[in-house]
Amino acid sequence: MSAPRARFTLVPLALSGALLVSACAGVGGGAGNDDSGGDAGGGGALSGTPSGSLKIMGFGGEDEVGQSRVKAFTSAYPEVKVAQNKGEFDAQQFLTAVSSGNPPDLVYMDRNLIGTYAAKEVVQPLTDCVEGQDIDTGQYRPAAMRSVTYDDVVYGIPEFYIVQTNLIDAKSLKAAGVDPKAIQTQDWDALDRTATQLFEKSGTKIGRVGYDPKLPDSFPLWALINGAELVKEDGSPNLNDPKAVEALAYATSLVEKQGGWTSFKAFRDSFDIFGDSNPLTKGTITAFPMENWYVNVLRDSIPAGLQLTATPITDREGETVSTLGGSTWAIPKGAKNPTAACAWMKTMTSTETWLKAAEARMAKVKEDKSFFTGLFTANTAADEQIREKYLTAAPDAGFDTAINAFYDTLDKATALNPSPAGAEIDAAWKSAVARTLGGQDAKASLDQAQKEATTAFEKARRG
Amino acid sequence: MAEALVGAPAVARESRRRRFGGGFGGRSGGRASEGRAALLFISPWIFGFVVFTAGPMLVSLVLSFTDYSLVGDTEGVGTANYRELLSDPRVAQSLSNTFIYAALFVPLGTVVALGLAMLLARVGRASGFFRTAFYLPEMTPAVAAGALFLLLLNGQSGLVNAVLGWFGIDGPNWTTDPAWLKPSLAMVSLWSMGGTIVIYLAALKNVPRQLHEAAMLDGAGPVRRFFHVTLPMISGAVFFTVITNTIAALQMFDQAYTMFYGPQQSETASDESLVYMVYLFQNAFQFFKMGFASAMAWLLFVIILVITVVQLKVGNRLVHYEGEGR
Repeated sequence: MSAPRARFTLVPLALSGALLVSACAGVGGGAGNDDSGGDAGGGGALSGTPSGSLKIMGFGGEDEVGQSRVKAFTSAYPEVKVAQNKGEFDAQQFLTAVSSGNPPDLVYMDRNLIGTYAAKEVVQPLTDCVEGQDIDTGQYRPAAMRSVTYDDVVYGIPEFYIVQTNLIDAKSLKAAGVDPKAIQTQDWDALDRTATQLFEKSGTKIGRVGYDPKLPDSFPLWALINGAELVKEDGSPNLNDPKAVEALAYATSLVEKQGGWTSFKAFRDSFDIFGDSNPLTKGTITAFPMENWYVNVLRDSIPAGLQLTATPITDREGETVSTLGGSTWAIPKGAKNPTAACAWMKTMTSTETWLKAAEARMAKVKEDKSFFTGLFTANTAADEQIREKYLTAAPDAGFDTAINAFYDTLDKATALNPSPAGAEIDAAWKSAVARTLGGQDAKASLDQAQKEATTAFEKARRG
Repeated sequence: MAEALVGAPAVARESRRRRFGGGFGGRSGGRASEGRAALLFISPWIFGFVVFTAGPMLVSLVLSFTDYSLVGDTEGVGTANYRELLSDPRVAQSLSNTFIYAALFVPLGTVVALGLAMLLARVGRASGFFRTAFYLPEMTPAVAAGALFLLLLNGQSGLVNAVLGWFGIDGPNWTTDPAWLKPSLAMVSLWSMGGTIVIYLAALKNVPRQLHEAAMLDGAGPVRRFFHVTLPMISGAVFFTVITNTIAALQMFDQAYTMFYGPQQSETASDESLVYMVYLFQNAFQFFKMGFASAMAWLLFVIILVITVVQLKVGNRLVHYEGEGR
């Protein structure tokens, strides 16, 4: 904080400045001028060959997988001038653009936001787009489509597909004389014993975490493992489901038995996730549930001594489960060139384009003298063809195990149901988990979260 | 004699009137002309104030009675947002956190800044270097400072605890233990006390040396001279910084947000670190409850206004103003 700098600034000023700008710009945003040179304008069937300019927000796409697909689109539609606003999706920037009547033609965001934005009518239904550009929605994984569907209407075209499995530091496990099969989520008592056995501490300093349940962000995973559905099919919150309460209490107890939350988090905060000092290479965490993209990061740590292995995450019946994440394309309300946006979505997620992306990734892998760790998309056919064509045995057996574990999880993953109060529900359960980790009873925390989320849901439902 | 004294200002006024053109348009014409010139000179400020301060404040006041959410229809909701301020437990929690933080930071900041200013006042050689060095942190972006202190204050591997360990002290988990979050924030805020130090330094330089000399002749030691000479003489500066630092503390946002609510931290943030402005920001730009956020802003505005008025009332009794005979 800069005290003197803030001297004569009164609180409402910062906020009200932004509000004035927004307010002066008008609420709602009109359709604007149609910049589409294609056969259809906003609200039409969105068929035909697109032209004109295409303004995109939230898509970085700097790597070879992104660039090769952008190239696929620009080659197919040279008449379209693509303007990318590089950088991650920024909700504030996006909503301000929409409300000021100057939205992008296309936006790239997390799929879990679609419900909220669909309910607020910030993104358009894609019924015309799917029909006009003849997009085969059957090519996408059902779980991904479910997460971009709100009130039985499709609002997004899914892109990547993020699932989780247990990644394990095999070296530490072997040294401790523990079988990799002990890293499992079916038998909670056994996992508790394994985690405690692997945990190391010297005085108040943690030396190694046996099993990191990855709270708070993996709370939905623990709820899923225990059979709880945090968001019901109608989008209403179900955060204090007894099974969810039990899951949170258990996952929190794992943390408590491994140094307690304050030390545990401080220890975790010190990790270098992306470098050679990552926790699995350094032996500071023996195992944790992790996402598929991380294998590609870990690949570079083999020379540093990483010995990786993996086991599936299962529910308490022993069935493989995973939460599901990933991104989606959507067309904002008032987009000026929806035809081009629609063509972009189709091209970027088609099987043919994904194969080109895999080809680009293989070229990069060859250049780096490394190996391919898979490409996980929401397109079933693309994934199968890429796996068959490009995925060969990794020079490291542990990596093979991990990659195969992720592939085996793809069809078992489920996302939280879309909700008009998705953002508030997310915030509510995250706060609840933080409170529980801070010492509050799990039930009391989730009861409070349920109350907050229900209020938000009812308000969102009323519109 | 008395008549001469009374007449002197009138002579001076007449002299000024002649010099600045009053002789051409008469007294009233001159005043009008001066008024127009003054208005012209301050018009950029007036424009800025109306467009960027008063106008937006009025808009936010109006919005606080609506359900404005950036998108969709906006409807009036009466006093619902203000009633929600009372019923939302996180408003009370964030206010409480903010008050505790301010209560820690303002006295601590004042003492530390004054101590450093007194040291700087004594530096002879290389005084420019030291003054620059102490002011430099003020130029560091708060986000960078927040990220830096997250590393320094890490309870398991941070430098602060490592140094404490040399003296046999087992440091706490500064950034993760709910009991230490607000003290940590106050400590981090001390990093950018450069502005306050400069104000104190200027005030210290203005304390007449003869007062210290007289006190020394009367046998006063350094401590006595500080409390009976230095402190009263710089009390105006101290009072000013206490007021402004209190306002700044109640508006604290950047470091709390960087340390506990950034992209990598938000999911693990404890309610103990939720300061009022962060919660206001969350409502405005994460939950898009602009109407409610506006009501929150106005509540804080009123709170700050009340605290400042109380400080002024109390402070005026304690502050020594030179030449006012208090």
